[in-house]
This record gives sequence, C-alpha cells and structure tokens, in this order.
Amino acid sequence: MAGITLAGVEKHYGRMRVVHGIDLDIAHEEFVVLVGPSGCGKSTTLRMIAGLEEITGGEIRIGERVVNDLPPRKRNISMVFQNYALYPHMNVRDNLGFGLKIAGQPQAVIAERVREAAEILGLSELLDRTPAELSGGQRQRVAMGRAIVRHPDAFLFDEPLSNLDAKLRGQMRAEIKKLHQKVKTTVVYVTHDQIEAMTLADRIVVMRDGYIEQVGTPMEVFNHPANTFVATFIGSPPMNLLPGRIEGGQVRLAGGEAVPVPARLAARVAEGLEVVLGIRPDDISPVGHGLGEVAEPADITLTVSIAEPLGMESLIYTTIAGQEVQAKLYGPRIVGPGEVLPFRLALERAHLFDAETGDTLEAR
Amino acid sequence: MQSVALWFATFLLMVIMSVPGLWVVLSAFRPNREILAKPPVWVPTELTLANFGKIFGFGSEQVGIPVTSYFMNSMIIALTSTVIALIIGMAGGYAFARYRFRFKGGIFLGLMLFRAVPGIALSLPIFMIWSRLGLIDAKMGLIIVYVSLNVPFTIWLIDGFFRQIPMSLSEAAQVDGCTRWQAFWKIEFPLARSGIAAAGVFAFLTSWNEFALASQLTRSTDSKTLPVGLMDFTAQFTIDWAGMCAMAVIIIIPALIMTFLVQKHLIAGLTFGGVKG
Ligand SMILES: Nc1ncnc2c1ncn2[C@@H]1O[C@H](COP(=O)(O)OP(=O)(O)OP(=O)(O)O)[C@@H](O)[C@H]1O
Ligand SMILES: [Mg+2]
Repeated sequence: MAGITLAGVEKHYGRMRVVHGIDLDIAHEEFVVLVGPSGCGKSTTLRMIAGLEEITGGEIRIGERVVNDLPPRKRNISMVFQNYALYPHMNVRDNLGFGLKIAGQPQAVIAERVREAAEILGLSELLDRTPAELSGGQRQRVAMGRAIVRHPDAFLFDEPLSNLDAKLRGQMRAEIKKLHQKVKTTVVYVTHDQIEAMTLADRIVVMRDGYIEQVGTPMEVFNHPANTFVATFIGSPPMNLLPGRIEGGQVRLAGGEAVPVPARLAARVAEGLEVVLGIRPDDISPVGHGLGEVAEPADITLTVSIAEPLGMESLIYTTIAGQEVQAKLYGPRIVGPGEVLPFRLALERAHLFDAETGDTLEAR
Repeated sequence: MQSVALWFATFLLMVIMSVPGLWVVLSAFRPNREILAKPPVWVPTELTLANFGKIFGFGSEQVGIPVTSYFMNSMIIALTSTVIALIIGMAGGYAFARYRFRFKGGIFLGLMLFRAVPGIALSLPIFMIWSRLGLIDAKMGLIIVYVSLNVPFTIWLIDGFFRQIPMSLSEAAQVDGCTRWQAFWKIEFPLARSGIAAAGVFAFLTSWNEFALASQLTRSTDSKTLPVGLMDFTAQFTIDWAGMCAMAVIIIIPALIMTFLVQKHLIAGLTFGGVKG
C-alpha cells in the first residue's frame, strides 16, 4: 500500500518561488494527472516526489514514510522521462535490468523480470538492440519497461508522450492506460495536454503558477470547473467566456443582450453582481443542429463569421456582445460566412463565475 | 575531373606535410656523411642500423648518451602528468558541466586564458620558484608544470563531453537505485570515455614532446626527457644528425603506438560534438 501525500510542499529557487505550498492526497493505485500550462511547476512537483529536486518546505510522504530527505534510490519509485533517458551504451535487456542489477538481485530473477516486462510491453524481439536502433514508440516502451521491472510503489511520468507524433501519441496513450490496468500501481503523470489528462486520469490536478487550481475526476473538472482558468484550460475548443452583470434575474452581457440566469444558479447570484458567463461551444448551436434536447433554452440570432466543417460537425465562429465566440453545428449542413441563423444556448450547462475573482458561483 | 584535381591537391598537401617527418625517419637509417653530403644524396645508397646501435650501445661506434634513462624519465613524467591532468580534468569538467556555482563563467574563462599564455613566457618565473623549492632537475617539477599546462585543456574538452550527456541519464540511474557516484561511473563515465581518451592523448603528447620548459628545468639523467636529450647530439662544433634522427624515431614510436591504441576513441571523440545522440 503506497499512496503519496503532499502537505504544504513548496519550492523556491533562490528568491523565486515556483511551487507555493501545495496539498495533495494520492490514493494507492490511483492514476493522477498533473496538468497545466508551461512553467506552472508540474515537473518541479514531480521531481520533488522523485527526490531529484530538494523540497524547500512542507512534507512529502510515500506510503507511511516521510521522504523529504531520502535520495531517489531510497524512495522505491520509478520515473519515465520526457526524453526517455535510456542508457545509450546498453542494449534493451540491460536497460531494463539495470535497476535490478544495482539492487543486487540474482541473475535468474533479473532475467525473469526482464522477460515479464518485455512481454507486457511487446519488447521481446528487441532485447538485443541498443536504444539507437529503436523507433520513438519503441524507446518509449523500453522506458516504461524499465519503470515496471522494479515493481515500485509508484510510477512518475513527465510528459512521456510529447516527443511522439500525433498518431503514435494516441496509441501510446491507450497502452499506458492498459498498462495501468495490468500493473496496478500508483501513478503521477505530468502533461500539458488536456486530452491526455482527460483520458488517462482517475483524478486531474490542474495547476497554474505554482498553485493547484482544482482537483477532481475528469468529469468533475469538465462539468464543474472551479474557476475561469480551469474552464478554459480543460476542454477543446475552450469554453467561451462572456462578461456581464446580473440584472433582474438575467445576465446582461456587455453588448446589451440578456440571457436568463441558469436555474441551478438562480439562488446564488445577487442583483448587480459582475459575472462571467461561461458556455462551451457544444452548448451553442443553430436551432435544430444541437447535441440534443435543451432543457433551458435561450435563443439568440447570430451572424456566422467563419465556419470550419469537420465532417459530421462544423465549428462556427461568431460574435456575441462584440466578443468572438465559438459554436458547434451538428449534422451535415454547410453554412457560410455572413449567414444569419437562430442559435440556441443550453443554459443548464452554462456556468457563472465571479468577474472579480474568476471563481465559480456554483456551490462547491 | 574536379575530383581528380581535389585528390591531387590533397596528395600534394599530404606530401608537403609528411616530407620532413619522413626525411627524419629515413635519415635515422643513413650514415652521417651521406646526410651531410653536398650536393645532397636524395636516393639513399646505403641503409644501416648503426645509428641505433650507437645509441643503445652495440656496434663499433658509441655515443655516451643515457637514452634508457631519458626514455624512462619521459615515460614517467608524461604518464604521471597525464593521469593527474585527466583526474583533475574529469572532476573539473564534470563540475563545470553539471553544477552551478559562483563565478563559474569567470573561472572557466580564466582557465582558458591561462592556456593562451605561451609556455616559454612562464619559464623564468617557474625557474625561479622551482629553484627555491628544489624542484629543478626533479621529475616532480616537470610533472607539476605539465599538469598545469594540460589541465585547462582537459577540463575544457571533458566539460564539452559531459555537457553532451543529458542530465536525465544520471537522474534515471539515481531513480533506478544508484548513488550519484555509481550513476557517474556506470552511466556518465562510459559515455564520456571517448572524450576522456582524446583528452588523455593530447595531454600525453604535449608532455611527451615538450622541449622549451624541460630544457630549462632539467639538468641530469635524473630528470632529462627525450626531447631534451636530443641536444646531447650537438657538440661544440659538430652535430650528429644521424644519431639525432635515430633518437627522434625512438621518440616518435611510443607516441604513435599511443595514438593508434586510442585511435578509435579519438575519432569518435573528435567528431562527437557534431553528432546528435
Ligand atoms: N533550476 C531552476 N532555477 C530557477 N528556476 C527554475 C529552475 N527550474 C525550473 N525553474 C522555474 O520553475 C518554474 C516551473 O518549472 P517546471 O519545469 O516545473 O514547469 P512545468 O510545469 O514542468 O512546465 P513545462 O510544461 O514547460 O515542462 C518555471 O517558471 C521555471 O522557469
Ligand atoms: Mg515540465
């Protein structure tokens, strides 16, 4: 049993603070994804868990042990690096067995574990090659193999797929998911790709500027973003944000148009409050071309600026209250620039954020 | 057509470059009078081992030059100073490549600038200090000089090699269970080996061939090296060119052997920078 606990973990480089006291509880066998924009401190956090970076403040526990002052080798974790970090002068077999050899395991055990890992990852044919003789995807697999042979308490991944092309990335994503199902272990996975986060995670940790913005399951984070940052970071294309003000039970947008306050939020807004209305492109569609039944419709006539047909759906750029907004059109219908259409907003899936703090007005 | 011209130009250049060396080697096997003949005898009429015989003390003619002592001195001084320069070079190169510390850029630049001072300009100060310390005519004196001449270069070269090795390799090894020290010896050292070999060859050749400082700091068979020993062939009115050439061949041979031994590493080492791992 080994979960990972971060309590008030801080990291300073000299006077620069890059991680500001984060708290996180990762359960045994949980797959947690740290996601956030470049430079937000994801890698630093992961490297502190690994022991490759000193912890300035707070406490990290793996299982029951406080590991703050333990070197990486004593933490019983393994890590997959962005550039794979395979040992170039060793063949695949020796790369996989290196950790066991250092630990002084007998030859027979090493051979057996290497065979087992190679089988799980489909590397059995490649054991005698050197890393230079492998493709990107194969190197990736060797790096994962090296992580699993030692049967560690936790796997740490730092953007393991970012060096692969889009197709391979999709494949390897699925393999990582399968691997986690086969080799049940605690995983901390860093990425800036929100699709990887959504598809892999049991829980997503959204980070920004060294703070945790929200922790939750992919669906929680997607359906109930804690603030405008999470709302726009998770989901593609991003959620539209329209500034407005509460007036007589309605959200009056900056351009003068008004839409009703979503029913579930009616009790949580005060008259005159400055708000931001958040609505995903999927929830703005031309009437008759939406995702399905709309419980709380708000109709509004809009002019198409650009339409990008994507096959069964089109992405439509339009403007509401003078602000560019993306909408989705479902079904095989072609629209062109300048076309004026009635659109329907699905307000039951819209969000309201406090304009000042950016925090959601939903009960949390 | 163009390639023929290129080939010819290359050939010509090689000939120009190697003629003096070959002439020395050839002369080592010719009698002195033929070497000195006027007009010159281009095609040797007579080849002999007598010159080597003179040096090593067999045959009819002898020269009183303790070649064996010189050879041993040279070996001891060159090898010891190379080993020390490599150890310091590895430690320093690794530190410059891997750690941040204060005045790093300045120290590095200082080391390189030190290398820009011609060795001969240091001979007087070194001579004065060494004579106070009793290091004149001692192997240790030359070893210290050569170490300090070579260290900036070995640090610079080895630093470049460690820089090429991603930090994540050592980190991966540490996560895999290594101490920092083990990670160095098992991962980073083998990968930088070609660079270290290259640095070693350069350091060895520098020490092995150095003449200017050695001629100032050595006196007797206690410390005289082979290049200095060459001067023993000059008498007040004559120069024994044949003997000198034979001795030069003896000097060249270990250097050649050394270079061949590490040749594979050397080439990998010298081209390593251009290849992306
Ligand atoms: N050694 C260092 N010295 C000073 N600042 C550093 C150092 N390493 C990282 N930083 C800073 O810490 C912050 C967080 O870096 P980190 O590598 O954790 O970002 P990240 O979230 O992993 O970003 P990315 O997605 O680009 O990998 C960055 O602003 C970075 O500039
Ligand atoms: Mg990173």
